[in-house]
Amino acid sequence: FALAPPKLLRSVSHSFLSYASTTGVCRAIQKLTRVRVVDNSALGNTPYHRPPKCIHVYNKTGVGKVGDKILLAIKGEKKKALIVGHKMPGPTMTPRFDSNNVVLIEDNGNPIGTRIKTPIPYILRQREGEFSKVLAIARIFV
Amino acid sequence: RCRASGDGKPEKFQPPPKPVIIDKQKQRAERRFLSPEFIPPRGRTDPLKYYMERKDMIQRRKVLNIPEFYVGHVLAVTTADPYANNKSNRFVGICIQRGGRGLGATFVLRNVIEDQGVEICYELYSPRIQAIEVLKLEKRLDDNLMYLRDALPEYSTFDVNMKPVSRLDHEEIPVNKLQVRMKPKPWSKRWERPKYNIKGIKFELPESKMKAAQKWSQPWLEFDMLREYDTSKIEEKIWQEVNEGLKT
Repeated sequence: FALAPPKLLRSVSHSFLSYASTTGVCRAIQKLTRVRVVDNSALGNTPYHRPPKCIHVYNKTGVGKVGDKILLAIKGEKKKALIVGHKMPGPTMTPRFDSNNVVLIEDNGNPIGTRIKTPIPYILRQREGEFSKVLAIARIFV
Repeated sequence: RCRASGDGKPEKFQPPPKPVIIDKQKQRAERRFLSPEFIPPRGRTDPLKYYMERKDMIQRRKVLNIPEFYVGHVLAVTTADPYANNKSNRFVGICIQRGGRGLGATFVLRNVIEDQGVEICYELYSPRIQAIEVLKLEKRLDDNLMYLRDALPEYSTFDVNMKPVSRLDHEEIPVNKLQVRMKPKPWSKRWERPKYNIKGIKFELPESKMKAAQKWSQPWLEFDMLREYDTSKIEEKIWQEVNEGLKT
C-alpha cells in the first residue's frame, strides 16, 4: 500500500474503534521527528507502516538545522542522513520548506540515492567539501 | 443618421457630440500609493529614528526601483548569492505577507516547486537584492495569505519562467475574488475563527462548526477607541517627504 504523507495521516484508528491523533509536523529536526526522505533511494521510497524518524542529532544542541547530520530509523534500520530543509523559519533570504526534508547518507558522506528532485537551498554550498557528492546529485537549487 | 420618412424641409445640421477626453494619466496621478513600511507604528519611540530610517529608505529607492506591490502579487526577486552559479539567484512567488516597518520591512514569497512548498522571507531594503519585478498584478480579498499553506498546492504554484503580464498604468489594480479550497483539517491555524477575518477561503465545513467558531468573535474590538490609530495626517506628511526625496 502507498504510504500517505504524515500530514494526512492524522488520526490512527484501531480495531476497538478509538482514534489517536498525532502531533503536527515538527518545525526543526530533533529526536523523534518524522522526516521526509527526498532522494530516490530504495530505502527511502519503499513503503513501511512507520514513517522514518530521527533518533539522534549530531550537534551540540539536539536541534538539527539545514546541513546537520542526523541518525534516522527507517524500516527497522539505523541510517545517517543530511537535513536539506526544515519547516522552521531560518535567517531571512533563506528558504523555508513545507516539510522536513532529509537525504540518506553513508558514514563517509556518500549519498545512497542517485537523484534529488526536490529543491535544495544554496546555503549547503558553503560546505562544499563535505557535501560535494550530495550537491552533485541535486537537480534544483533554491 | 438616416431619416425614415422624408420630411421635405431640410433639418438643421446637428454636429456629432464632441468626444469627452478623459485623461487617465491625470486620474492616475490622483491615486497615491505609500508603501506601508513608511508609516511609523504607534508607540513612544522618538520620531527622529523613523525620520533617519526614511532618509535611508529613500536613498536605497533611488538606486533600486522597488515597484508598488500588494499581498497577492506574483513577484520575481533576483538576489546576490555567493554560493549560486553566476552569483545571482532568481525566485518567483506570490507575496503572502508584508511585515515590518522602516528598514527592516520584509515580504514573504511562496511557490510550490516540484511538489515542495517553498517560502522565502526577503528584506525589502537589503543590499543583496538586485531586482524586484512584478509579474502579475492582482490584489486578493485578504491582507495576509498565510492560509495558502493549508490550501491545495495548485493555488500556490506559479511558473518560474512566467512572462510579466502587461498592464496599463492608469487602470486600477484588479481584485481577485478567488475562494481557495483547503486541504482536509487540521490546519496550521484555525482559519475559520473570526479573529483572522478571512474572506478568501471556501469553507466546506458543516454549519455547526462555523457557528461554533463564532464563539470566539470579539465584536467590541472595532469600537475600542484606545486601539484607534488614524494615519491619514501622518501619511500626508510622509507622502510629501518621500516625493520630495525621490525627486532630487
